[in-house]
Amino acid sequence: MARTLLDKVWDAHTVRTLPSGQTQLLIGLHLIHEVTTPQAFQMLRDSKLKVRMPERTFGTLDHIIPTTDQARPYADPLAEEMAVHMIRNMKDFSLPLFDMATGKQGIVHVIGPELGLSQPGMTIACGDSHTSTHGAVGAIAFGIGTTQVRDVLATQCLAMAKPKLRQVRVEGALAKGVYAKDVILAIINQLGVKGGVGYAYEYAGPVIDRMTMEERLTVCNMSIEGGARFGYVNPDATTIDYLRGRQYAPAGAAFDKAAAWWKSIATESGASFDDVARLDGAAIEPMVTWGINPGMSVGVSQRIPAPESASEADRSTFREALAHMSFQAGQPIKGAKIDVAFVGSCTNGRLSDLRIAAEVAKKGKVAKGVRALIVPGSQQVAKAAEAEGLPEIFQAAGFEWRKAGCSMCLGMNPDQLVGREMSASSSNRNFIGRQGSPTGRTLLMSPAMVAAAAITGAVADVREILK
Amino acid sequence: MSTVDFKRRQIVGRGIPLPGNDIDTDRIIPARFLKEVTFTTMGEHAFEDAKKQNPEHPFNSPAYKGASVLVVGQNFGCGSSREHAPQALMRWGIAVISRSPQSPVAVDVEKQEVKFGSRTIKATIPDGPRNQLVGGTWDSTAVLLEAGAAIETTARMLPYVAGF
Repeated sequence: MARTLLDKVWDAHTVRTLPSGQTQLLIGLHLIHEVTTPQAFQMLRDSKLKVRMPERTFGTLDHIIPTTDQARPYADPLAEEMAVHMIRNMKDFSLPLFDMATGKQGIVHVIGPELGLSQPGMTIACGDSHTSTHGAVGAIAFGIGTTQVRDVLATQCLAMAKPKLRQVRVEGALAKGVYAKDVILAIINQLGVKGGVGYAYEYAGPVIDRMTMEERLTVCNMSIEGGARFGYVNPDATTIDYLRGRQYAPAGAAFDKAAAWWKSIATESGASFDDVARLDGAAIEPMVTWGINPGMSVGVSQRIPAPESASEADRSTFREALAHMSFQAGQPIKGAKIDVAFVGSCTNGRLSDLRIAAEVAKKGKVAKGVRALIVPGSQQVAKAAEAEGLPEIFQAAGFEWRKAGCSMCLGMNPDQLVGREMSASSSNRNFIGRQGSPTGRTLLMSPAMVAAAAITGAVADVREILK
Repeated sequence: MSTVDFKRRQIVGRGIPLPGNDIDTDRIIPARFLKEVTFTTMGEHAFEDAKKQNPEHPFNSPAYKGASVLVVGQNFGCGSSREHAPQALMRWGIAVISRSPQSPVAVDVEKQEVKFGSRTIKATIPDGPRNQLVGGTWDSTAVLLEAGAAIETTARMLPYVAGF
């Protein structure tokens, strides 16, 4: 019987079936950061346990670090305390940490693939729900809680139930000005924010096949926003080309052997899925969220829908969203005024994201009264962008060029919304309070659309600017 | 020998209803309160912003003080994998999160039943967690460690561990 990548990776990593009926699943790569690990290390100390496979564990600092002045100690004593704990824990347990001095620091979901740590056929866990990002290379990657971080540190395993599998096919081809971010926002809009609960998503079809690795990373990143803890793309020539020459990828003859194995773990033709969903890529417009979860989105030419268009169960959330955002049903999303523009995050903080934002930035200047931030996802992304002169383009247009970190994706560092500010953001969540202000408002969109909003001062159609 | 009974067959407590679907983890505990190296303060910040913005929020109501069964809508806890969210709820006093239509007084984990006064309805608890609670095997690290050397054996079979 034809098998899926999920079947093959799951079986290869199964240690045993637990008394609860769950699988004891071996974790091939454990990525850790400062926010969800200090309690886990303390539990390890309390139980006098060691890290089971230190060579399969890597750490970085990302959520709490400032993106302006990164000199220690940090101005925020709570952030400084978290950094101190992270550095001490990594030292005490002899684990590698990609700190500022290494030149390889960055958002955990940017550096994993960038360093070649994340490879096809692996199981990858991290105390962060956007770990599904790494599925883009053909891995089974998922977010875990802190107690599970302890489990992986102590045993290199997790107790897991195997998810069901839905193939999400994006057919046809994308129009100009439509990007990976628009594709995943359209998928979440169609399948719903809880549509993926209990599922892994296998992204496939001509649009996904043609995507670069960075685009696939963007798509897989937001799987969890559709309720799916896992999202992956089968390894292909794009995957192999992407990994060749990366620091932790196999080298020389070993690379060719690895590539052969990577190809062998892809889903076989004729394999069956628990469900298949289809989208027409040509019908996808640049997308913008108007509400308080990532499923509440419309194409930029469309109007904000009325609560009556939602199912009865969702209408109260719908009304709450309109009230929080100060939007009226029937209002066009285009033209909604913004105060802040943010390009960055594990969703859209890679070099290709910055390149397209720079292309748009060349077409104008940041509108009066708009604060616009460009935050590279890692030190290596920053270095590559600097080598091609992107910071100069951004600065000439009135954007701030920052240092690598999670920045304004979530309110854990100094980059935060103030009061009811409206933000055009390339990040992944528009939850109430997500960008640091309890009354702040977030419009999710692609980096190109964020840059377009920045120079227009309002939600704009990037297709008209790039014409 | 341990005399502690880790089994959790039934949980009894008062309900606290939380209306609305898709209540996300940033609502349960906003990210800015995660800057802690322990979980001890999390309970103080459960629904912090939602409580301030809505005086009618159930977590503000003296009527629900001491309640331990949180009755929620669909897709509760969506978003982040932060354990800080369940830790905040637990430290506030929540022992059970239920999707039942009313506020129950008892949740029978073993029989998968929820009781309201004299009424009893069937409930669903996923097999894995239910077996862990009923069997007292919810200390996941201890259970996983029991696999012993099978962990390394499994690892060595993987080409990316053994070497290509």
